[in-house]
Amino acid sequence: MVSSNTELAYNSKIEGEVVVSRMDAVINWIRTNSMWPMPMGLACCAIELMGTASSRFDIARFGAEVMRFSPRQSDCMIVAGTVTYKMASAVRRIYDQMAEPKWVIAMGACASTGGMYRSYATLQGVDRIIPVDVYVSGCPPRPEALLDALIKLQAKVRRERSATNLRSPQS
Amino acid sequence: MSATPNVTAALQEKFPQAAARASLDHPAVNVPAADAHAALKFLRDEQGFDFLVDVTAIDWAEGVSPRFTVVYHLLSTTRHDYIRVAADCPNDATPAIATVSDLWAGANWHERETYDMFGIKFDGHPDLRRILMWDGYPFFPLRKEFPLAGIDSPLPDAEIGAETGARLIAAPMAGGPFVASSGEINLTEAEPRAKDESWNERRGKPEA
Repeated sequence: MVSSNTELAYNSKIEGEVVVSRMDAVINWIRTNSMWPMPMGLACCAIELMGTASSRFDIARFGAEVMRFSPRQSDCMIVAGTVTYKMASAVRRIYDQMAEPKWVIAMGACASTGGMYRSYATLQGVDRIIPVDVYVSGCPPRPEALLDALIKLQAKVRRERSATNLRSPQS
Repeated sequence: MSATPNVTAALQEKFPQAAARASLDHPAVNVPAADAHAALKFLRDEQGFDFLVDVTAIDWAEGVSPRFTVVYHLLSTTRHDYIRVAADCPNDATPAIATVSDLWAGANWHERETYDMFGIKFDGHPDLRRILMWDGYPFFPLRKEFPLAGIDSPLPDAEIGAETGARLIAAPMAGGPFVASSGEINLTEAEPRAKDESWNERRGKPEA
């Protein structure tokens, strides 16, 4: 007689220490829940970024509290502030040094579009030099807006075909 | 009553070509470019103007002669007085004037900035490189003929320019400069925005 499984959660005795899932789901679950940001703080948005990381808003609730100042160890570049043409080369080089997989959040009006700096010195949107995943509006955005961007980015990562990419790495 | 009129007189006694300069606040003098270094040294050593506040320049626009005027702002920490010294650059095409970085070490970066923005050469400067823009930038942004939006030119890093295809573009100026509304309680309203939203990149500016 087959007994029905009344367990609601994983039970190692019944499942035999095996969990069946999709590779994508597992990889994306790991990636989304410990996304280490590269804080590319270039202007006042960086102050809000610090506020987001601090106790009141606590980005650790979403697994992204490990701010890495080395691009080699980070997953998600948060471009927080005005990107000047002089700085653009450095931003691109740091992005190039980040290991795959990597994502970019353009935080605030300046990083997204150049913002109010319509001038000879300012890059008119960081997406001209690096691929941006999530744009955040605001000047500067509230910490909640950055958290929302992080959640949106996590949702995006959950939809990725990570296992396929593992077998045939995309350039 | 400030003691500065005496300074102007003393300066004119030593440098007869020095002339009072129209000024709304502090006293100001014009001196010939050839005398500027000596006059500033005189003000520093004999009149107590020990602090060079700023070195900047004026571009009176193309076709005007003299086109460039270098302006020095001096402060005396002992007399508590300001004086402004202006000197016209003799050459309009390749403006140049003697450096004062030997008198005030702080002039070094001020003169680099003035060179960066106006293209005025400071003869004898120990390290006359650009300070805000990068070496190799082809323009001088604060000259009158240079548009605020900028001029199309390559990125400072040619390698990254080739990789990304990005260039310095003339920034879209629709709506005019962005202005913040300070004191506005509603944060959405206070954010910097173009005051004239009747036109944008797609819809042209209505004829006045």
